[in-house]
Formats: sequence, C-alpha cells, structure tokens
Amino acid sequence: MNTLYNRFIGGKSGLTKLLVLAVILLVVLPLTMSVFRLNLVGKYLTFGFVALGLVMLWGKAGVLSLGQGVFFGLGGYCMAMFLKLEASDPISTKIQSTPGIPDFMDWNQLKALPAFWVPFKHLPISLIAVLVVPSILAFVIGTAMFKRRVGGVYFAIITQALALILSLGIDGNQGWTGGRNGITDLRTMWGWDIRSQSAQYILYFVTCLLLIVSILGLQWLLSGKLGKLLPAMREREDRVRFSGYDVSMFKVFTFCLAAALSGIGGALFVLQVGFISPSLVGIIPSIEMVIFAAVGGRASLYGAIYGTLIVNAGKSLFSESFPQLWLFFMGGLFIAVVVFFPDGLAGVVDSAGKKLTRWFNEKKSGVPPGVSLDDAMLASTAKPEKS
Amino acid sequence: MSSYSTSELYSIFIMQSFAGFSLFSVLLLMALGLAIIFGQMGVVNLAHGEFMALGAYTVYLCSNVAHNQFPSLAGSYFVFAIVIAFFVAGLAGMFVEWALIRFLYKRPLDTLLATWGLSLIMQQGFRLTFGAREVTPTLPEWLMGSFKPSESIDIPINGVFVMGLTLLLTFAVWVFMFRSKTGLQMRATVQNRAMSGAVGINTKLVDRFTFALGCGIAGVAGAAFTTIGSTGPDSGSRYIVDTFLVVVFGGTSSLLGTIASAFGIAQGQSISGFFLEGTMGKVAVLLAIIVILMIRPKGLFAGKVRS
Repeated sequence: MNTLYNRFIGGKSGLTKLLVLAVILLVVLPLTMSVFRLNLVGKYLTFGFVALGLVMLWGKAGVLSLGQGVFFGLGGYCMAMFLKLEASDPISTKIQSTPGIPDFMDWNQLKALPAFWVPFKHLPISLIAVLVVPSILAFVIGTAMFKRRVGGVYFAIITQALALILSLGIDGNQGWTGGRNGITDLRTMWGWDIRSQSAQYILYFVTCLLLIVSILGLQWLLSGKLGKLLPAMREREDRVRFSGYDVSMFKVFTFCLAAALSGIGGALFVLQVGFISPSLVGIIPSIEMVIFAAVGGRASLYGAIYGTLIVNAGKSLFSESFPQLWLFFMGGLFIAVVVFFPDGLAGVVDSAGKKLTRWFNEKKSGVPPGVSLDDAMLASTAKPEKS
Repeated sequence: MSSYSTSELYSIFIMQSFAGFSLFSVLLLMALGLAIIFGQMGVVNLAHGEFMALGAYTVYLCSNVAHNQFPSLAGSYFVFAIVIAFFVAGLAGMFVEWALIRFLYKRPLDTLLATWGLSLIMQQGFRLTFGAREVTPTLPEWLMGSFKPSESIDIPINGVFVMGLTLLLTFAVWVFMFRSKTGLQMRATVQNRAMSGAVGINTKLVDRFTFALGCGIAGVAGAAFTTIGSTGPDSGSRYIVDTFLVVVFGGTSSLLGTIASAFGIAQGQSISGFFLEGTMGKVAVLLAIIVILMIRPKGLFAGKVRS
C-alpha cells in the first residue's frame, strides 16, 4: 500500500503538487470564473494532455515530435464523427437530398455514408477509436523509424511533414471530412445536450479528473523501470542498448502513449468546443503544443499543465488587447525558453525552492553575516542534504 | 483522358514537364541554402523561409527605389537587386548566428524551437513593415511574356530565368564548396571540429560565415521567386517543410543528393498535380517521400562519413 502510494503520488512533495493542482483546477477556478471562461480553461486543459505526452516523449525520452497535433486531431475527429452522425439523423436532415448523412457530405453530392464512417455510429466503438486510432498510427510510424534508429532532428522533421500531410489531406477531401471548415454543429451525445451550461460544467470536471488520473498514471509508470530507462536513453542511447534493452520498443511504447493521450485530449476538445477542423492538426498547432511543454518544463508533468494554462491564457490576453504584438511575444517566448530557461517554469521554481531552503538552513545554522558566499556554499554542501 | 488528342497530350506533356522543371529550380534554390546550413552544419533553421522572404522584400524595395528615383535603371535594376538580396539576407544571417545560433550548436532540437520563434518574429516584422497583403515588385520588361515554339505550347520567360539562375547558383556553390580554400575549411570544420581548430582554422568564424552564406543563398532564392509569384509575410513558412524534405530526402551531406531529390519531388508533384486535384497531388508526393524515408532513413545519397 505504501509503495503504491509512493509510486502513484510521488511521496510528500508529489502530494503537495497534486493537492495544489487539484485545488486550483477543481475549487479555485470553478468558483471564480464564469462558465464561459471555465469552458475556455477546459479547452486549454485538453492541450495539457498533449503536453503530458510530450513530457514523456521529449522531456524524458529525448524524442521530439512536431506532429502531436496529428494525434490530437485524430482523437478529435473520431469523437466528432460520432457526434456528427448523431446530429444528422434522418428527421433533422430531411431537407437534404440524401437525408441521414452529415450536411457537408450532402453539399458535396455524396449519396451514401462512406464505409469508414459506419463504425462511428456507435459510441463505445468511437470512444475506443479515440485511443486506438492515434496509437496505431504512432505504432506504425514509431516502429518504422525507431527500428532503423532514426531519431533526433530527422524524426522531428518527418513528424512535422506528417502534420502537413494530414491537414492537407483533410482539407482536400471535403466530402469525406468536412474540408477546411471541419466538422461543426455538434449537439448531443446519446441524447445529452453538450452545449448546455450544466454539460459544460460536467465536461470541465471530467477533463480535470482525467488529466489528474493521467498524471498519476504517468507517475506510476515513471517510478518504475521506464522512469530510469527513458532518461538513460536520452543521455546515452548506445549504452542502454549495450546493456541489452530493446531501446526502439521503449521509444515506440512512449510514442504510442503520447499519441493516445493526445487522442484523449482531442476528444475532450471536441466535446467542450463543439467542432474540429484541420487548423488544429497542422504544423503550427503541433509546434505550439511543444512550446506549452517547454514553458512548463519539458521534464515535469505538473509543469506541462501550468505551461499550457499560462501560454494559452497569455495568448487570449494578448490577442484580445494587443493582437499585433502576440506573435512577437510568442516568438520571444520560444527563444527565451530555449536559451535562458531550458527547464522551463519547473526549473525556475525548483531552483528558487532550493535557494529558499538553503537560505532557511543558513538562518538556522547561524552562518554569521559577512561570511563570503563561497564559504556559505561550502558549509551547506558539506552537510548531508535531506531530500 | 480520352477527350485529348495525341498532339494536345504531347503539348500538355511538354508544358507539365516544364512546370516540373520550374518547380525543380524553385525547390533546388530553396534547398541549396538549407543544404549548407542543415546538411553541412547540422543546424535546423526553421526560419530559412523567412530569409527567403527577406530576399524577396529586398527586391521589392529595390524595385520601388529604382522606379521612383532612377527611372533609367528600370530595365536593369533586377540584377543588382539579386546581389543586394544576397548581402542583406547574408548579413541578417550573420547577426542571427552571432546572437542566437552559436549558443545552441550542441542542442539541435532546441535550435529548432528557437529558430521557429525567430520565424514568428520575422513574419510579424514583415507584416508590420510591408503590410499583410502580398506585394510584387515591378518586373523589367524582358522578364515578361513567353516563348511559343508551337501553337499549343507556351513557355514563360520568367520560368526560364529562374532555371538559369538556379543552374548558375548551383554551379557557384559547387565551385565554392569543393574548389575553394574557404570551402575546404568549411568541410573540414564540419567533419572534425577539434582537428580543424588544431590545424589553425578559426572554426567559430567559419561557422558564422557558413551560416551567413546559407542565408544569403536563401535571399537569392527569395529574389528569384518574385518573378513567379507575389510575396507575403508568411510566404516563407509555406515552403519550409518541402525544403527540409528535399534536403533530408536527398541525404543531408550530399549536394548531388539534394539536386536529385529536388528533381524527383518536383516532377512527382507536377505530374501528380495534373492527374489528382492540387493539394491531393502534394499529399501523395509527401506520403511517398515519407514511406521512402522509412525504408531508407538516410536519404537517397547517404554520406559515408560516420557520425
């Protein structure tokens, strides 16, 4: 029981982080914000799932994917296809020349539902697809690339091309996918109106809870073998390989995990925002998701959530009040995070925390004023540090 | 297809393959600079497209100046403008290397993010300076019009000009890289930095110069593009993925590979663009590249240098 507690929560400091996040998300924000703003936060949090995946893939395993928007989009489209089919029942679409198919298909002179849409008539299948479709794509790409030891920059460029391919492909097949406008006008899930205020509250809490469960699950994974192996692979991949581990399969697993998480995020996005379009799949959203993780701290699960919230809140604030400056700010943020704060917010908080404890210890042990900083540092490092 | 006669099909074939050649020169022009920066130095410069846009805007400014101040130069300014574009983009590249890139040589993935940030800043800078609308320089008369070797064949002169410029620039890059002392120093630094330093090459200076050269070539590419299309703030970013794929597909350390892959991609794209709808043709080609890269991850012409 105790080990399970340690593995999921991450001990005392993990418990503090968990409680702080839970109180902010589940108590402070719902009490202080209007339902409109809360819905906005809920939307940002769906990007948090992608950021969590990137922490595992990029922060821990050192593999940067610039195509996470692909998996976010696939998850979103799986969900949206179900909702669209439910919204296009024969009665409400009776003015179309072919009733019972989504409106954009009718506009594109399609006479019947394409075969790949048929499974999405069922909610359970759609929910499974949200997880499975992104994972399968990640598995195929990951196996092909990692088995051949393609990594680093090449992987980043190829995944970026993938984001371009999918967004162009969705854009170009209007009859099948809704094209550039995406899938819009989603109303109900199994008869439950997702646009009502109560539904938006419920969906917000569902998102928060799933996010927290995901963090705990990832912490459990990281407290085991994976948590040791991924950073080892990041630092010295060849040595891990020589020790007899199948490096590529660990990478494939992490890539699939990140893809599945992104898929969940995409599905929750669709439920809360009510549409999905290729603009959430392409190159720009995919690379923005990387900056969420980078700002929060690329190797910190909790940091990723705060990074996502802060960058998105900044984006809303800036694009409302200074739309012209927003891109300068975003560009500057990319550069500043990379050059000055490679560990992001989590790194800043950690080092501030360490300074604070050192200062506190000095006060307690009574290093007299006037002692040079070097001596004080020596004194504090000489003592065995409590962790 | 049956609705076309044989001679019409022949003309279409000629013009489509000319369009393919035209696209080939465009891709090669874009990729040449990146082949130096990414292929040789290993720096992932996602702002490469913005350096092209910088070159294009330089030509636009030169055109305005020439037509307003020196009307006698209206016919010949374009040649000077290309040279100026080279130096403007090159100097900008030198500055970027000094201010940003040199801190990141050991962290290629971080370079990628930082240069993406740089590209956002440059795009917004263009937008504020030149406006969000696309601009076109006034082209000299001799670049307009087209050849008509037969009734149904129509070959634009600006396309021929871009092709000629591409050939010239490729040759110049080849001579510089493989036949000049500076090129030798560049290649030596890439292959073994420590040893190059030991034999007296100033590797930091070589780095700065190499990066500036790649950016300058991007500027020339941008200048050439003003003859075939208009320039907007985000023109550069539209090409960046294609450019990287050309370099990766060809094999990063090989100039010949870059040429071959630009040729293959351009022909594939223009032929499939005729049979499929515009974007779907591009999707098909990109997919084919990805699949080939999965089978041959080092690209068509893999270098023999061990990493």
